[in-house]
Amino acid sequence: MSDDELKRVANEVRRGIVTAVHAAKSGHPGGSLGAADIITYLYFEEMDIDPAEPNRADRDRFVLSKGHCAPALYAVLAERGYFPKEDLETLRHIGSHLQGHPNMNDTPGVDMSTGSLGQGISAATGMALAAKHWGDTYRTYCLLGDGEIEEGQVWEAAMFAGNHALDNLCLIVDHNGLQIDGTIEEVNSAMPIADKFRAFKFHVIEVADGNDIAQIRAAFAEARETKGAPTCIVCETVKGKGVSFMENNVGWHGKAPNDEQFEQAMAELAKEA
Amino acid sequence: MADVKKIATRASYGEALVELGAEHDDFVVLDADLAAATQTGKFKAAYPERFYDAGIAEQNLMGLAAGIATTGRVAFASTFAMFAAGRAFEQVRNSIGYPHLNVKIGATHAGISVGEDGATHQCCEDIALMRTIPGMTVIVPSDDVEAKAAVRAAYAFDGPVYMRFGRLAVPVINDGDDYEFQIGRGIKLREGKDVTIVACGLMVQAALEAAEALAEAGIDAEVINIHTIKPLDEDIIVESAKKTGRVVTCEEHSVIGGLGDAVLAALAEKCPVPVKKVGVNDVFGESGPAVDLLHKYGLDTEGVQRAVEEFLA
Repeated sequence: MSDDELKRVANEVRRGIVTAVHAAKSGHPGGSLGAADIITYLYFEEMDIDPAEPNRADRDRFVLSKGHCAPALYAVLAERGYFPKEDLETLRHIGSHLQGHPNMNDTPGVDMSTGSLGQGISAATGMALAAKHWGDTYRTYCLLGDGEIEEGQVWEAAMFAGNHALDNLCLIVDHNGLQIDGTIEEVNSAMPIADKFRAFKFHVIEVADGNDIAQIRAAFAEARETKGAPTCIVCETVKGKGVSFMENNVGWHGKAPNDEQFEQAMAELAKEA
Repeated sequence: MADVKKIATRASYGEALVELGAEHDDFVVLDADLAAATQTGKFKAAYPERFYDAGIAEQNLMGLAAGIATTGRVAFASTFAMFAAGRAFEQVRNSIGYPHLNVKIGATHAGISVGEDGATHQCCEDIALMRTIPGMTVIVPSDDVEAKAAVRAAYAFDGPVYMRFGRLAVPVINDGDDYEFQIGRGIKLREGKDVTIVACGLMVQAALEAAEALAEAGIDAEVINIHTIKPLDEDIIVESAKKTGRVVTCEEHSVIGGLGDAVLAALAEKCPVPVKKVGVNDVFGESGPAVDLLHKYGLDTEGVQRAVEEFLA
């Protein structure tokens, strides 16, 4: 797909996120909107996957370590054809396969259950290790939040991945600078992020605009070519990207839009397309 | 008893892994810098390329195992019970239990028989923690034979399994020709009519010896080995309780939340009879030789005998 086509898909994904969170009356729109371009690129361009065969043994894997951004993953999976887009309106409803945080046994296309921060990266590292051990060719991608990396387990996993030179593992840090209690600088800064992952033996790629498809494309291409070390792509993103009143506003980390806000958000995203 | 063969169940674990390794190559063994102690070092020596050390990082240990299991293979994850069930509880719950992944947790050095290391390393809460996780199988083998059988059964079983092993060498008691291990199936070791003693782990041997001593005092005790705490073989316990009318549970674990409470819950619903729980009585352990500690805390033959006599008096 061209960059423009992927941008249009990402915009549809954003409409799906807003629709899902509005219908759920709760959830995490800010981080989901910010990560929409990255996850869209993964499922529409980067990863070797087949929606008709979601559990194919040699498929590439994606672990949403920042599991609260489930609306973004669900919207991408629906857009990609893993399940009907109408399902997005059942997010967080009783009986829905779309749980508040992703569960691999409920939703087609979800490769790991996540939501408790810091745990997804370990599972992703285990998947990459398994591929190395048994000679599988799939690659494993894992999206982390810049707040999430305050969790100690993240660094346990990073140490292991670096020491084992898991070059079939690609982390992406969604660096939007905000977490629930404020900016990451105010709360308990994990900065400098890139230097930390370099110290843990990662090949680090810094993306100045993680909402720009061309820059995302270049980073994943470089990651794929990187041998002998895992890659960590640190993407500067805008939390709430695409909806003016949500952008860079930590208040929209975990809050659903009301009907009026929903209409405004969908109108803005319609113009984008 | 000096001539009785004694083997620590952690050693049985390591040996069983080596045996399994000769038959299957669809599993790996992970440890967290305790391979010599957990005895996974035996597997590491036999199959170095199939062993991975997570280092002193138990949270990641469990997550790695979960990730490996998503690929359809099996991962054994080993460390001390304190760190497997305690430190990494939430990783076991959310990354292994919730997605119901095929991870086999080999937790060694459980209970106060850890000995000299003292309370920080004497995990008496792991059975309680693990049995609260939906879909988790919890096995507490009583000797070498049972431990090895449990490892094989866990490997063949589809789903997460928590296996609890000990540091202390304990007598081999299940070496009879008719011994058969089945997950979730208790074993009646002694027929009796006055009281039922339900035990797991190293307390099975203590219960058997106590039953012999009690017989001399005119008390006819039935002894049941409950090697699987979850799923619990309620039938064998209820059937025995209906006959004897009184039940004593014995475990090297807190009296809160372990075998005793599992048995209590089953009996309360299906056959309410008086129950006495023998275990660690809501206290931390301490340093000392394992055998002396077991004696001090009433977790040996004498302790079980005394508890039963007082209960029936």
